[in-house]
Amino acid sequence: MNLLNGLTLALAQGTAPEAAARGAGGHGQLDVMGALFVFMLATFIGLMAIQRVSRLLHTPLMSLTNAISAIAVVGALIVSADKDAPLYVTALGLVAIFCSTTNIVSGFLITDRMLKMFKKRPGAAK
Amino acid sequence: MSAETLVQLLYLVATGLFIMSLRWMSDPETARKGVFSGCAAMLLAVAGTLAGVASGGGTHYGWILAAFAVGAAVGYPLAQVPLTAVPQRTALSHAFGGLAAGLVGTAKFLLYYGQGNGAALAPHIMVALVLEVLLGFLTFTGSLLAAGKLQEVHWIPQRPVTYPMQNVINLGLFALALALGVALVLNPLAGWAPLAFMLVAALSLAFGVLLILPIGGADMPTVISILNAYAGLSAVAMGFVLNNKLLITAGALDGSSGLILSIIMCKAMNRSFSNVLFGAFGQTQQAAAGGEPKAYKPDTVESAAQIMAQAGLVVIVPGYGMAVAQAQHRVRELYDQLKKRGVAVKFAIHPVAGRMPGHMNVLLAEAEIPYDDLVEMDEINGDMPQADVALIIGANDVVNPAARSEKGSPIYGMPIIDADKARTVYAIKRSKNPGFAGIENELYYLDKTFMLFGDAKAVVGDLARQLAGEGG
Repeated sequence: MNLLNGLTLALAQGTAPEAAARGAGGHGQLDVMGALFVFMLATFIGLMAIQRVSRLLHTPLMSLTNAISAIAVVGALIVSADKDAPLYVTALGLVAIFCSTTNIVSGFLITDRMLKMFKKRPGAAK
Repeated sequence: MSAETLVQLLYLVATGLFIMSLRWMSDPETARKGVFSGCAAMLLAVAGTLAGVASGGGTHYGWILAAFAVGAAVGYPLAQVPLTAVPQRTALSHAFGGLAAGLVGTAKFLLYYGQGNGAALAPHIMVALVLEVLLGFLTFTGSLLAAGKLQEVHWIPQRPVTYPMQNVINLGLFALALALGVALVLNPLAGWAPLAFMLVAALSLAFGVLLILPIGGADMPTVISILNAYAGLSAVAMGFVLNNKLLITAGALDGSSGLILSIIMCKAMNRSFSNVLFGAFGQTQQAAAGGEPKAYKPDTVESAAQIMAQAGLVVIVPGYGMAVAQAQHRVRELYDQLKKRGVAVKFAIHPVAGRMPGHMNVLLAEAEIPYDDLVEMDEINGDMPQADVALIIGANDVVNPAARSEKGSPIYGMPIIDADKARTVYAIKRSKNPGFAGIENELYYLDKTFMLFGDAKAVVGDLARQLAGEGG
């Protein structure tokens, strides 16, 4: 029953006038406190995960997080595909897609290329 | 299920995969899995966004596809650069990341402003928008300049550039940008708002350049890490603007990674953030040079090889000079020859060896040196008194005992590799000039230190050949 309510709510929000005005991808009502909670929790998870990364791998780590921060592509897509946007807004979005895609492709490829080089001493205990 | 729910579910899975991706990076054994899960997460994120966009009646798909294609075409060669150029590539991709965030912020503002959409420009969204644009654009120009300095582009000064009142001017510009930002937050729909917005963007672009100009090459590992954090934070700000939790999470992961790496780099050089950003490191060093010239004790490759052949433990301390001389593969030959003779060989890796965090490990891994023998500074220092030979290849400041003893030295307090505690020290040096930072190194004048002058690649190659020859 609760689930059903939640879904109805989500649907209702999807068609709310404000959400419509915010364009495609504006995900319903803005929940600043919720977003702040997510931000704080993600930061702590990040800090804890990164602290465990061996210093050996800090360069690949940075190129990997670089690719991850190219998640900006999501925002760029939302802007570019907006049918109500004037041409210059679309153009800005397309350039942003280009920039992010460059980072996604080069970031993941070079990280993997570097990681492939890290090998154990032959015969070392597995 | 509504399209919106589907989008959020895909984002949820993507978030989990991003976190696992970092988690798997903790160990070289599982690290490649991390790359795959990161890739998968990104695909899900793009697919989810496209689904959401399509359900809202999106358009321009042809152009979007073209932007993807061009981005991939530029990104692929950028992933093939030599590993010595990885720091530049990283800085360049921070620049791309910052630019993307700045552009999306600008686009969103212009869109809402054009629609006269006051609800979408509510104060909390405007705060996020201004932050996104500030961080994005300053990361863009700052990273471009950092990449230029690392690439040693000839018209970009390598040495710190300083001028009178530098910090006052920088802070003044930043304050002006902030003041404009506050005015924008309060009056997002005013007639002057687009102009003020463009001014904030322009000031951020200028500020990025001014921030990096006074920073010298030795501080690049820290600077790259800080810019990494900024790029992540600008993605977080974008997440607040778009109310998109995936952007917030992924940006926060990137931001915290940049933060931790910056802290590690600062500790490794015994400097504070503000000191790196506002200290203009290169400036203080002229005073340290000078004094009466002291005599080096040069030695021959033959006798160096002999001493190493009889050693129980040889610790090699590589610096960026080794990479500049392209000596990694010769170092590997030397490593093989010593191992063949039953000599234990370890590499002592200082956290700031190379030009970005962890750079030296990657360079040595490329030369197929097993990562078990790459030892962090804190771990190797306990073993240094047992080392028969410390061989220093292209490193200088990271083995300078002045960091321990001389209060007046610009590197005083910086943790170093205790090469001077080994029984014998061999240092390969290209010339008799002081190193990159221009600081004299007492280590080279100790009784137990012998110098091997010459190109690192040639000298290490000769050492390896000598050892191979004697082995018969």
